[in-house]
Amino acid sequence: MRKKSMLRMLALAAAAALLMTGCACGGETRAPEGAPEGAGALSGEIMVTGSTSAEPLVAALADLFMEEHAGVSIAVQGNGSSAGIRAAADGSAQLGMSSRELNEEEKARTTAHTLCMDGIAVIVNKENAVTNLTKEQISAIFKGEIVNWKELGGADEEILLISREAGSGTRDAFEESCGLTEKNEAGNTVSLTDESRALIADSTNAVSTTVSGKPGAIGYVSLGSYDGNLVTAVDVDGVACTQENILSGAYALARPFLLVAGSASEEISEAFLQFALSEEGQAVVREHKYIAVK
Amino acid sequence: MKRMKKALERVAETGFFLCAAAAVLALALIVVFLVAKGVPAASKIGLWPFISGTVWQPSAEKFGIAPMIAASLLSTLGAAVAGGLIGLACALLLAEVAPRALAGMMRPLIHLLAGIPSVVYGFFGLMAVVPLITQWFGGTGNSLLAVIVILSAMILPTMVSLAETALRAVPAAYREGSLALGATKMQTMLRVTLPAAKSGVLNAFVLSTGRAIGETMAVILVAGNRAALPSSILDPVRPLTANIALELSYASGLHEEALYLTGVVLLLFIVGINIASHLALRGGKGGR
Repeated sequence: MRKKSMLRMLALAAAAALLMTGCACGGETRAPEGAPEGAGALSGEIMVTGSTSAEPLVAALADLFMEEHAGVSIAVQGNGSSAGIRAAADGSAQLGMSSRELNEEEKARTTAHTLCMDGIAVIVNKENAVTNLTKEQISAIFKGEIVNWKELGGADEEILLISREAGSGTRDAFEESCGLTEKNEAGNTVSLTDESRALIADSTNAVSTTVSGKPGAIGYVSLGSYDGNLVTAVDVDGVACTQENILSGAYALARPFLLVAGSASEEISEAFLQFALSEEGQAVVREHKYIAVK
Repeated sequence: MKRMKKALERVAETGFFLCAAAAVLALALIVVFLVAKGVPAASKIGLWPFISGTVWQPSAEKFGIAPMIAASLLSTLGAAVAGGLIGLACALLLAEVAPRALAGMMRPLIHLLAGIPSVVYGFFGLMAVVPLITQWFGGTGNSLLAVIVILSAMILPTMVSLAETALRAVPAAYREGSLALGATKMQTMLRVTLPAAKSGVLNAFVLSTGRAIGETMAVILVAGNRAALPSSILDPVRPLTANIALELSYASGLHEEALYLTGVVLLLFIVGINIASHLALRGGKGGR
């Protein structure tokens, strides 16, 4: 009796295993059908290097592009905007990624294409009376030089900084555009945020939730993740944080994501550029909560 | 027939052995991986500066985890005392005092606490406990105290079920003897049953501590994650687990290695707790 039931169980397990492998096979045979006909006109590999903030977006674009062009392989590597632009200029990479505008010398050696814009909203609690801050004030607040809202015309409430963890792309962008970084003796870019007065939240949502729950709090989030029902975004230098103001360049806490073509530009990198700026590519941009330029 | 049975037996034995070996292998792989990833940082930063340093500023390549060690130890200790004592009282009630019907109703409810995902604990803490702390005591709310409150609730199920099992394992003859000598029910419970279950209860404490020190998700949401030594229970803290989980996704180079080294330190704490647990159980047996 016992042996019988054991055999039955074994048979069941075997059947289940067969079923599972069967499923997997079905999946595999179906996959190639999804690829578009006539793909494969392009083949080869290119290298895209540069800004670590732009890397996840460009990697997503590259994945989609490679799905459509089976013969193409795109390696995306984040090593910093400057290194990426240099690589594009000297030809060690076909494309560079930059999350800042190019300087004159870089402009002379490469061609930049704006992939999208990234804007950062500075958010405060809904009860806060302060609705406009200058870039200098924001910088002073996060350096710990201004510690009470009454110094800024608000209520007598201690300012509580809500920052992000070290290495966060949003934090890097915020600190860069507010002048909250400096180079130390070793040449590393060091944050000037007064961490001894800050709470560290691990995500955009956690920043918003924390700011919404504490009257004296100030934080920053990517514009794509800003929720006006929860918190208030302050105007910076009198300019509201909106997509239009970011695209026109009026809003100060914004930066472009550029794809930089240089001496090693070729057929594949041109096609990838076109794809990134196409409707399909810009949809990916919106998915990543950046501001599409098209 | 007999031979078949024997063969089956052997297959089963081998199967069990392979499963056990997989568990041990997984542990070995994790330890090797952590140590291999973390040791380069120890040689670059120096082990003592790493453990005793009070400044954690990855962009300036300053890696000191003393604030995190303090945060982990203080929050775990606080939770073990608060949650441990509440849990022990709870276990005494379930095992000794409460009528069977009441105990039967409460037990599953307490066990249900263990099934709540830790992120839910954290969210509850962020929305309910943190504002209350600000309201009652002032400060930011995200604090060592908030972590202790949340961890206390999280270790309750472990504490209650282990302590209750230990109390129930005490032979009925002990209680009967004590009661027959004229001791009251309370005296019997606290002076006879509890001491007899000492080793099991101690083990329950230690294992709860292990759960508290390893908790991450709930802690990140309520701790405030400030990498500075706390000067009061209302200051924000960043425990070791939070430090790793917060920064690992973006870290590279020395920063990443320093986070793995943080993991090695955490692992050492957990090994220590497990050794303490073994000693608690063995000490109890030897003493009896």
